Amino acid sequence: MAKTLEQYFDELRGTRVWRSVFRSGTGSSPLHRSLVIQQNVFFHLFATKVRRRMMSFSATWYLGTLTLGTFVILVITGILLMLYYHPSAPQAYADTKDLQFVVSSGLFLRSLHRWSAHAMVFLVFAHMFKVFYRGAYRPPREFNWVIGVVLLLMTLLLSYTGYLLPWDQLAYWAITVGSNIASAAPFVGDKIRFMLLGGNLVNANALLRFYVLHCMILPLVAMFFIAIHFWRIRKDGGLYSLQSQPKVAAAATPLTPAKEAQ
Amino acid sequence: MTEKSEVDMKAGNDLNRRDFFLKMGLGSLGIAAAGTTVFAYQFLSPNVLYEPSPIINAGKPDSYPLDSVTLDVNSGIFLVHSKEGFFALSAVCTHLGCLTSWKPELGIIACPCHGSKFNREGQKIEGPAPKPLPWYRTWLSDDGDLMVDRSTTVREMEFLRV
Repeated sequence: MAKTLEQYFDELRGTRVWRSVFRSGTGSSPLHRSLVIQQNVFFHLFATKVRRRMMSFSATWYLGTLTLGTFVILVITGILLMLYYHPSAPQAYADTKDLQFVVSSGLFLRSLHRWSAHAMVFLVFAHMFKVFYRGAYRPPREFNWVIGVVLLLMTLLLSYTGYLLPWDQLAYWAITVGSNIASAAPFVGDKIRFMLLGGNLVNANALLRFYVLHCMILPLVAMFFIAIHFWRIRKDGGLYSLQSQPKVAAAATPLTPAKEAQ
Repeated sequence: MTEKSEVDMKAGNDLNRRDFFLKMGLGSLGIAAAGTTVFAYQFLSPNVLYEPSPIINAGKPDSYPLDSVTLDVNSGIFLVHSKEGFFALSAVCTHLGCLTSWKPELGIIACPCHGSKFNREGQKIEGPAPKPLPWYRTWLSDDGDLMVDRSTTVREMEFLRV
């Protein structure tokens, strides 16, 4: 009798090579399924068990996951765009034009990068509103909210630094205005502007600095905080649901107004 | 060990070996951190800039007719030839650094970004600009060319008479 596809797969999972990579072994017992999550370097940030209710759309609207999705798209398309982009003036503008009109799939990749960036900013705000209005920012999750605010800042900085890279009129004046806003900071404003631009003008130095920030420093910092953000979901007791609120906290808020002190 | 350290303490030697090394370690880390901060600041501030010179040769004064306002887009200045004489005005808006333009039909300088308006002498008429447009130093070169130094501002109403 011919083997089914599932039998082939089971056989593969029993091989020595497979077992050396994935140590959780075969089987579908609750223990085995927990081990699959727990023993994977990427999955182990998450909880091994999640309530079925919390996986439904209504619980989170999947806004955090969708934000991660746009971030992954941005990293992949961004790396591909880097292959055709020179961060030098005025070559950067010509490369941007080439990406639109000359490079195969260049227009698609650039548009995907741009629209995903817009979507990511929108989704980050939507995610924060959802978390805020459901009260999921409250203890014990208050530190993860702070991490979230840092990630909002990273998202906006990534958006801002990426804006200069096409080196067109819009980019030039947006960064001129933005860096002048930075120089309004008391005492150190002008120094901040000088260091950000690497000079007094939005020039080749500024383009290179924004490129390094956009493609290297900010994504690494963002990934670092994303890892903490996900790990903290597990450490703070999983995804927030009303039932996970401690009974004590609920009892501490009286429904009737307290009498005024004499 | 405990007894020995107690003896040390009694002898007025209130710093034992462990505390000494801890303080030394933290102190050196502090010095290293301060040094790193200074190094980072110096590294991030370029010492040599390949930016255009602040001094501009605007050509012969004859090329600017009387009562004309000429914008040089590349250097970001207005050259104005008024009845009182020549003067050079920054064309960079004092609000957030956009390039302003001269509106001959209205006789004003206007910023396209946030709507600041200035008169021909750089005084603000309306808009968010916090300061008037600065006047730059102007002089005639030995060859008779009109020169402007964008790094030196002068008081308003200091005209160059040719």
